Amino acid sequence: MTMSKKIDSILEKYPPKVKKNRMKHIVVKGKNEKDEIEANTRTMPGIISNRGCCFAGCKGVVLGPLRDVVHIVHGPVGCSYYTWGTRRHKGRSKDGESNFLSYCFTTDMQESDIVFGGEKRLRKAVKEAYELFKPEAITISSTCPVGLIGDDIQAVAKEAEEEFGIQVMAFNCEGYKGVSQSAGHHIANNVLMQDVIGTGDAETKTYAINILGEYNIGGDGWEISRILGKIGYHIVSVMTGDGTYKELKSAHKADLNLVQCHRSINYIAEMIEIKYGTPWLKVNFIGIESTINTLRNVAKYFGDEVLIQRTEEVIAEELTSIQEAMDMYKKMCEGKTALLFVGGSRAHHYQGLLKELGIETVMAGYEFGHRDDYEGRDVIPYIKMDADSRNIPDLHVTKDEKNYRLYLSPEKLEALKKEMPLSRYDGMIKEMKNGSYVIDDLNHFESEELLKSLKPSLFCSGIKDKYVAQKMGIFSKQLHSYDYSGPYAGFKGAVIFAKDVSMGMNTPTWGFITPLWKQEPLLQGEVMEEVATC
Amino acid sequence: MLDHTSREITERKALVINPAKTCQPIGAMYAALGIHNCLPHSHGSQGCCSFHRMHLTRHFRDPIVASTSSFTEGASVFGGGANLKTSIKNVFSIYKPDVIAVNTTCLSETIGDDIPTIIKDSEVPQGKHVFHANTPSYAGSHVTGFSNMVKAMVTYFSQGKGDGSNKKVNIIPGYTEPGDMRELKRIAKLMEISHILFPDTSGVVDSPMTGKYRMYPKGGTKVGELMDTGNSMATVAVGRFASEAAANELEKKCKVDAHVLNLPIGVKATDEFIMELVKITGKDVPYKLEEERGQLVDIMTDTHHHYHGKKVAIFGDPDHVIAMTEFTLSLGMKPIYVVTGTPGTSFEKEVNAMLENAYVEGRVKSSGDLFELHQWIKNEPVDLLIGNTYGKYIARAEDIPLVRFGFPNLDRAVHSYFPIVGYKGAMRLIEMIGNALLDRADRDAADEDFELVL
Repeated sequence: MTMSKKIDSILEKYPPKVKKNRMKHIVVKGKNEKDEIEANTRTMPGIISNRGCCFAGCKGVVLGPLRDVVHIVHGPVGCSYYTWGTRRHKGRSKDGESNFLSYCFTTDMQESDIVFGGEKRLRKAVKEAYELFKPEAITISSTCPVGLIGDDIQAVAKEAEEEFGIQVMAFNCEGYKGVSQSAGHHIANNVLMQDVIGTGDAETKTYAINILGEYNIGGDGWEISRILGKIGYHIVSVMTGDGTYKELKSAHKADLNLVQCHRSINYIAEMIEIKYGTPWLKVNFIGIESTINTLRNVAKYFGDEVLIQRTEEVIAEELTSIQEAMDMYKKMCEGKTALLFVGGSRAHHYQGLLKELGIETVMAGYEFGHRDDYEGRDVIPYIKMDADSRNIPDLHVTKDEKNYRLYLSPEKLEALKKEMPLSRYDGMIKEMKNGSYVIDDLNHFESEELLKSLKPSLFCSGIKDKYVAQKMGIFSKQLHSYDYSGPYAGFKGAVIFAKDVSMGMNTPTWGFITPLWKQEPLLQGEVMEEVATC
Repeated sequence: MLDHTSREITERKALVINPAKTCQPIGAMYAALGIHNCLPHSHGSQGCCSFHRMHLTRHFRDPIVASTSSFTEGASVFGGGANLKTSIKNVFSIYKPDVIAVNTTCLSETIGDDIPTIIKDSEVPQGKHVFHANTPSYAGSHVTGFSNMVKAMVTYFSQGKGDGSNKKVNIIPGYTEPGDMRELKRIAKLMEISHILFPDTSGVVDSPMTGKYRMYPKGGTKVGELMDTGNSMATVAVGRFASEAAANELEKKCKVDAHVLNLPIGVKATDEFIMELVKITGKDVPYKLEEERGQLVDIMTDTHHHYHGKKVAIFGDPDHVIAMTEFTLSLGMKPIYVVTGTPGTSFEKEVNAMLENAYVEGRVKSSGDLFELHQWIKNEPVDLLIGNTYGKYIARAEDIPLVRFGFPNLDRAVHSYFPIVGYKGAMRLIEMIGNALLDRADRDAADEDFELVL
């Protein structure tokens, strides 16, 4: 059966309404003139989606990694509890710096707070947090019931800010807003842009950059920083893996923003460019070729011959150090196929690395990517905003006359844009092979059916999918948590990824699934047949 | 690690730090998985459902599947009826369970969705079932959610007059691991007692690798059995917080006598569990169980010097913590800090009484959190910490050995396959406690004090 027929047969099993909806979220690359996909629309009730909520996108993803901030979750206990230590954004504090990453703070709302309002409890909680920890700043994230009962968390934050003299930021990221984690990214971006970025005045050195949308899962950000540091860049801030509020305040002073995860941070990238003039470059530090391309692009942006030279030296050095290991792992992976289903960026970023190991991606999808993540930013003007996302506020910024500056002339920038993805992202689909599949908001049913019919060697997804695939005898690599390994970014990360994937696909246990006595009866069957023909 | 936790304790009235509980629906989801061919459904926005599935998956390392109503802002304002109805339709046609077990979240509870009416208006295919429990996250804890869902099983399914016509005993196993549920069934079987254990997650969340994925694994209490619980001789409910409500409901509804006991962790509580079964059924205790018990007491005697007099801090879910406190006391240990995040005054009363009887001076708290427990430990250290995975932060910060006990256990494997209940479970706990303390003693011993035999 061809891939296309396999997908059709999956869709046929749906009731008509579901089929009609799901069809639009599935694209065969190259089948139509335009690879247009429907994305960022509401989840079908009961479909068993992998998606999370707005709160997870705001507090869990963007805010949580800021390690010198006390993040208070205003709600019943669950939301804070489930974002406590489960996403592996690592953080390491230097002497004297605060680090609250191993803590979980909540107002633990009770029935009486729902009935009489929770502002009083929140006010007290902020005060207690301030007095106990004296953090650089405090964030308040709201959860589902907060919006419904009308607690004014903005007012509480403002009051507390005046009382304690530190910044207290409120995020209206109730779980029901938008249709996925994506709305939460946007909400977090807005507040950080409006209230934090631009308020600091840290000294910056030459080749000053920010790394945006890099959350230091399993130490990814550290490997990226190691390479960039070796070449000679000065990292002003990271958003937000191992990041600090303190550094974030001076993010407007960098000369270039590197955007790793487009989905979660493109809002800030765009707003910084409008307000302060700093352009952003779409980068990818996953995979060797992508990392090399990225490093060359960054060097070219700064245009300094010494820097360009140094970049090549570092690339050569790094390549030498990993070549032997990569060759060995490639032998173990060559010829295998993979399905990729990850949040809003990794399903694209990992395809190159897999290819370098000889693994072909036959299907890829995002939980909550928008059309621009699939099709490229050129489609943004054509994206229809639907009712479910309309209430996510757009923040409009204007040029900051005092701090606006251009590192390169507009002409030079225009010229560079032709050579590299400066303030541009072309999306996942363009880089995929014709005939491969792109599926948005893949659900449990579709995953199960695809795994059964395509029988890939590797399913890269999350914790909820992992054991489903493995029960079928298919190795599943978590590309959110890295199965508690990492880093996977940069040169060293590529080797660790290669090792983990080789190990997982080739572990001896796969050979033990069928017990001997289930293999033996085959012989018996033959005997019986002979008897029958007698 | 936890560098910002001060020794000095200040009163906190609003801020909870490092909670020793989570919210109701995850417990309800876990209970629902204990019904055969059942799909748990979370009526709220989809974040909750994802979080709960993720957490249970991490704990069991097995697929945990559940559906959600996926509320949007519109539904949150105007009610989630349409979302639930669509869910029920989609779930039955795509995923084909026999039962959908609906739990609610703080969202649908705050807006006041009337679940029974919505279910009544939904398309439920012939022979299939949809039932629900209200599980508001802003009341109680995950244990309360478990309790509410088990009670709902009785409300929806149990039928009969409690005349013992099925000659069975109902056993409600509490919020325990599948390994524990298997052990309770084994004990009943050894005593030749026919029983209905519900919910029963053995064979569901510890399912074998066969090369084929089964969305509804072989395990789980069957709906027919749930209905039949009303015809049983009695109900033995272990763990008050998790199981009492259902047992009482069954007594009220079908007149099946409720016998509520502590979780059978340790020799005393297991004795009481077995005695209760003897009293209800008139059955003898088989030599096999007597042998196991004797082995346990033998082990306790042989090893008492490994742990006697050691100070221990215990935290976790109330039923587990109450039973564990009693067990550590029976080992001659001193449980000086005993904490649960789950609210309920009976917890403090019961644990304080146990400590008083044993002349142990300790601090006991319900609705407590791990931040305060850590502060206590900073003021007076303990030799051992017993609790879930979140204890590892304190264990590292204060260099205390940790025995992983209760829910969740996210950083060690295999725990769900072996029991901690019954005499067998007690042996396993002694091994865990003894090994933790002895490994530490070996690590800390000077070369000249490093012993070959201990």
